[in-house]
Amino acid sequence: MDEEYDVIVLGTGLTECVLSGLLSVEGKKILHIDRQDYYGGESASLNLQQLYEKFKPGKSPDESLGRSRDWCVDLIPKFLMANGELTNILTHTNVTRYVEFKQIEGSFVHRYGKPSKVPTTEYEAISSSMIGLFEKRRLRNFLLFVASYKDDEISTHKGLNLDIDTVDTVFNKFGLEDGTKNFIGHAMALYDNDDYLNQPARETIERIILYVGSVARFGKSPYLYPLYGLGELPQGFSRLSAIYGGTFMLGTPIKEILYNEEDGSFKGVRIDVDGEEKIAKSKQIIADPTYFPDLVKNTSKLIRTISLIDQSQLPFKSNENSGQIIITGKELNRKNDIYIALIGSDHKVSPQGKAIAIISSIIEGDKPPHIQLEEAFKLIKIKSFDHTFMGLSDLYEPLNDGLKNGVFISKSYDASSHFESVTNDIKDIYFRITGKPLKLTKLEEGEFNAVA
Amino acid sequence: MSQESSRPQPRLVQFKLVLLGESAVGKSSIVHRFVKDSFDDYRESTIGAAFLTQTIELNPEITIKFEIWDTAGQERYKSLAPMYYRNSNAAVVVYDITQESSLERAKIWIKELQRQASQDIVIALVGNKADLEEERQVDNEHAKLLAEEEGLLFFEVSAKSGDGIKTIFQNIAEKLPVEAQLNKSQQKLANKVNLQRPSTNNQASCCV
Repeated sequence: MDEEYDVIVLGTGLTECVLSGLLSVEGKKILHIDRQDYYGGESASLNLQQLYEKFKPGKSPDESLGRSRDWCVDLIPKFLMANGELTNILTHTNVTRYVEFKQIEGSFVHRYGKPSKVPTTEYEAISSSMIGLFEKRRLRNFLLFVASYKDDEISTHKGLNLDIDTVDTVFNKFGLEDGTKNFIGHAMALYDNDDYLNQPARETIERIILYVGSVARFGKSPYLYPLYGLGELPQGFSRLSAIYGGTFMLGTPIKEILYNEEDGSFKGVRIDVDGEEKIAKSKQIIADPTYFPDLVKNTSKLIRTISLIDQSQLPFKSNENSGQIIITGKELNRKNDIYIALIGSDHKVSPQGKAIAIISSIIEGDKPPHIQLEEAFKLIKIKSFDHTFMGLSDLYEPLNDGLKNGVFISKSYDASSHFESVTNDIKDIYFRITGKPLKLTKLEEGEFNAVA
Repeated sequence: MSQESSRPQPRLVQFKLVLLGESAVGKSSIVHRFVKDSFDDYRESTIGAAFLTQTIELNPEITIKFEIWDTAGQERYKSLAPMYYRNSNAAVVVYDITQESSLERAKIWIKELQRQASQDIVIALVGNKADLEEERQVDNEHAKLLAEEEGLLFFEVSAKSGDGIKTIFQNIAEKLPVEAQLNKSQQKLANKVNLQRPSTNNQASCCV
């Protein structure tokens, strides 16, 4: 019993689920398979039991941690930018009907040995204790420039050309000090190393606008986070796909990937369904890198550690219950920044009184990975590693664009603290698959009301 | 708020209700009979409906609004997401009285609900296709006993004729914790972020 689909999707990570949803909505016939029996792949949120099974097999969680189901622990820490593209996709597809969001309470950068709030408006820049008096004026002028810049009004350009002048040139135009450049580039434009300084300034300015605009949307920080963890996002988009006719099969291993003999293009997959062998055919397939190990390359190595901590270990002055802290590479004589994501019972990912700290960075040099993150562990007062789980992950990206063989492979989730690179990948794959750029139109509510 | 009307506006209390049951037992038909009072012999899976809503007047002061989630076919290959059960207040577990195996499947869903859903969820076991008496495979008393043992509401209905459909929801409504839900939704409003609200930030973009 063979069946023909428009697109087969392997893996239920966020990228795969968003694409599955968007394509289903357009009327494409989708078959969506995951070899695991839960949604999310690398972007799943695990309960305590699942977390121990994955990282400390054979060990069971001690009682002080409470009930297993009260924990939703992300494997990959990321936040949504309030004005970012994922927010946009969520609202246009009404997936916001299934997922609730709350703000992350603070965005901090580690300076002079302590976390300081990232100033985002001219006003905050002036009142920040992080910056000296004269520098405040220069930062203020820079933020005003960004806020009033208009492409078609030369008078707002201050003689700069964002497509030619480098970021450093623009910073120097406002006389910014190295320390200020560092936090603008890392805490606002969210670059995790200094390579951006010698690139044309446009992307950096766009990133700063995204950051500032995201803060302005709800206040406190630019970040949003779904209640019950990031694992809700792929689930929400899978429901969108199913509602528009997508077929879902979890816990279904792929027995074989089939190619056409003539040109080597993708033909289908062989799977077992309830003990019966079945071939599902399509011309195009979307998959995460784990399904095509021969068609991807390793780009870098990440370390991510997950610590289950007490709420009292959160290093915030104003009693925030969630936040992001960036320790810039400069502070630590490293190339790459260290990110710390802190979330807890406010976002329903831990029991009351507990919290989760996820520390991540790109591995540099030969020092053991956990030593590389030492500074971060100190900051959140982690002395014993009983409740810390360490994961090294290789980041992959596809060798080919899939236009020839119909195999479209997503990229691994990178070190950045938000979803902008994920949505770029989504839009890129969408374009390659459909031949047209993703244009979001607001879906009609598929709901009707009646009164009995 | 106007104080003039003699009768106060009934308060609207919203609850999430999920449907469970094997494919083709008539889950969608039951909801469509309840919401639209219609029946379609060849109903295909609902396309494009996030969920359906329907209200029931519990008493002159309280109106219950059901937000009804259909499985969208994700139950077929055991692929329902935990999100589906999350914060559900009530569940209707459907079997087909002409299919013995569908009751076995219903038992598994009930276990799944007891494991995944909140403690105080109201569950109704519903035998559909009661109009096909001559093809009956599942004994009414047997299913009723099962429901009693598990502390569930029990009904036999026909989505085709409409018999018993409204009773299911009326009985569920009477068992729902109205006051607790009212308090909860007030708390929730306090710090929820509304993403559908357009951005208030009108800062000119440099780069469009």
